[in-house]
Amino acid sequence: MHLKYESFIREPLVDGEKNYSDVTADICRPIEQKPTKLWYFGFFVALAFLGFGAFSVFWEVYWGLGTWGINHTMGWGWDITNFVWWVGIGHAGTLISAILLLFRQHWRTGVNRAAEAMTIFAVMCAGQFPIFHMGRVWDAMYVLPLPNTRGPLWPNFNSALLWDVFAISTYFTVSLLFWYSGLIPDFATVRDRAKTKLRKRLYGLASFGWTGTAKNWQRFEALSLVLAGLSTPLVLSVHTIVSFDFATSVIPGWHATIFPPYFVAGAIFSGFAMVNTLLILVRKLYRLEEYITMGHIEAMNKVIVLTGSIVGIAYLTELFMAWYSQVVYEQEAFKWRVMGPYWWSYWAMMTCNVVSPQFFWFKKLRRNIVFSFILSIVVNIGMWFERFVIIATTLYRDYIPSNWTYYSPTWPELGFYLGTFGLFFTCFFLFSKYFPVIAIAEIKFVLKTTGDKAHKENLALEDKSLEEFIEIANHAH
Amino acid sequence: MAVKKFAIACYDDEAPLFDAVHKVRHSGYKLHDVYTPFPVHGLDTAMGLKETDLHIAGFIFGITGTSTALGLMSWIFTSDWPINYGGKPFFSLPAMIPITFELTVMFAAVGMVLTYCYLNQIMPGVKKHVFHPRQSDDLFVVVVEVTEGTDETELMNFLNETKPLETDVQIAEEGWWYGRFDKEENYSKQFAS
Repeated sequence: MHLKYESFIREPLVDGEKNYSDVTADICRPIEQKPTKLWYFGFFVALAFLGFGAFSVFWEVYWGLGTWGINHTMGWGWDITNFVWWVGIGHAGTLISAILLLFRQHWRTGVNRAAEAMTIFAVMCAGQFPIFHMGRVWDAMYVLPLPNTRGPLWPNFNSALLWDVFAISTYFTVSLLFWYSGLIPDFATVRDRAKTKLRKRLYGLASFGWTGTAKNWQRFEALSLVLAGLSTPLVLSVHTIVSFDFATSVIPGWHATIFPPYFVAGAIFSGFAMVNTLLILVRKLYRLEEYITMGHIEAMNKVIVLTGSIVGIAYLTELFMAWYSQVVYEQEAFKWRVMGPYWWSYWAMMTCNVVSPQFFWFKKLRRNIVFSFILSIVVNIGMWFERFVIIATTLYRDYIPSNWTYYSPTWPELGFYLGTFGLFFTCFFLFSKYFPVIAIAEIKFVLKTTGDKAHKENLALEDKSLEEFIEIANHAH
Repeated sequence: MAVKKFAIACYDDEAPLFDAVHKVRHSGYKLHDVYTPFPVHGLDTAMGLKETDLHIAGFIFGITGTSTALGLMSWIFTSDWPINYGGKPFFSLPAMIPITFELTVMFAAVGMVLTYCYLNQIMPGVKKHVFHPRQSDDLFVVVVEVTEGTDETELMNFLNETKPLETDVQIAEEGWWYGRFDKEENYSKQFAS
């Protein structure tokens, strides 16, 4: 027989003595109720931002890249900063759903659905920036190896920028498939509960006709495991390749082998911060405190302090390597980073990314909702500055002093950035209303081993002698 | 696909479910399927189902991706349109690794999900009979086919002995069809016997 026993010293992952049908009812509730006034307010604010973003992009496409603050020296400005920022945020979802699945971290079940949704929306936002940075956006299709009448002329597969195209599109596709394959059974749950005809029809379509036979579930589990196995190296590869955009160049400040691990840690850092921001809101708005518990938030805060410290060490290593290399250009680049005209962005990055997460060494602060929420936003501000520091404070002074410049964004760049916030939150509001924000089937799967009820029933077991314990465990299944 | 008669028994816990599946399998009745709201570990072996071969499909799609990427890039760089990039070799394998990896993952994932949908016979627009509306909520539903040789009362008595929450007899299509979930099908006319 199979004896699996998890110690009940750990706190339950689902509070409030739930049984299976309570889980279904709680998670389906937002879908079956009319949205609140707060939801409408948030949704329309997001839509307004999206509209302003669309106008800013239209302005840029119509008048050309001259409407942006970038110039010959500063080829990359806010656009690539925002691209890397959004892609980084997008890393937490797949990390939670794939890597934590392989590590058998059951706490992921409460947060994986929303985190994966966040990943998909963040990657959608990220993708806009390189595309519209092309200026002649109608030529964007030439990044793909499509047969064309110019030879055919192929893209340069040796270029890190083209690797990015493949990495981001693969990442988006695989995340979407992973997310949707998990959603199918939950849509079937919503469909079977539906009272209105329209809801039954639409969720019937969305559920692909899923009924949940034993064989279907067997394949479901096989699929999630293999997709998790595929996504794990994928997550690491995507931000590695993003870091290659910089590291494979020979620009002082970018040409560093530390970039891949440093970028991946930073991506996880900002991604978990964004997951925390969103989930603290979602659990409050939809009253899901019993599923997204303090334990979940604390677990994410622990990841934040770990990755934040890794990022901090990476910053210091960069400074050390610049000094140790004895290359004068490298040394000057870093001196200007810390003390040059952009000193404020470097110190904003240092404060937000390295100093602020250290508060999470204290359990009281890790388990404080308001503090976690504020810090998750501070971390994302810091991570935005990190990308700005890497891009702007490297490019603005190149080898020829007559090229030196100081870059500030113009309103279409700002509008574009705000627009992606609009896109992100529009998608997220729609998701939180029409999709089960927590994986229903997966919560039920772990309910018997990690639920509140199981905890209370099994606590008595811990006092028993070993012989009695084995006897009871043998009969339990 | 055919319209058939089924006896169903619903349970609200895993323990009686395993018990019932075990009994039905050893009784000689034809176990049609078991519907559960979430994956129940060990149910597949209890029902005598084979392990799925989905991973093998994933592997085959994966190596297809690998060879597509490597093949296309080497053909383009060495024969279709060789370009001198800073004096580097035309066939530069290390530079091809990132795209090769990405396409491997892409092909494996897309191929596997499509295979999964095909094997499970799921697609937007597909409809299957839902034996109990709570089978995706909190009930584990065992479905036994009432064949021509089955004594229905005897079968129901047998199922009731396994202490189900409720039992039922339904006439239903066993496979899938294109349909809408907001419409009810009526099988009694189609069911001849």
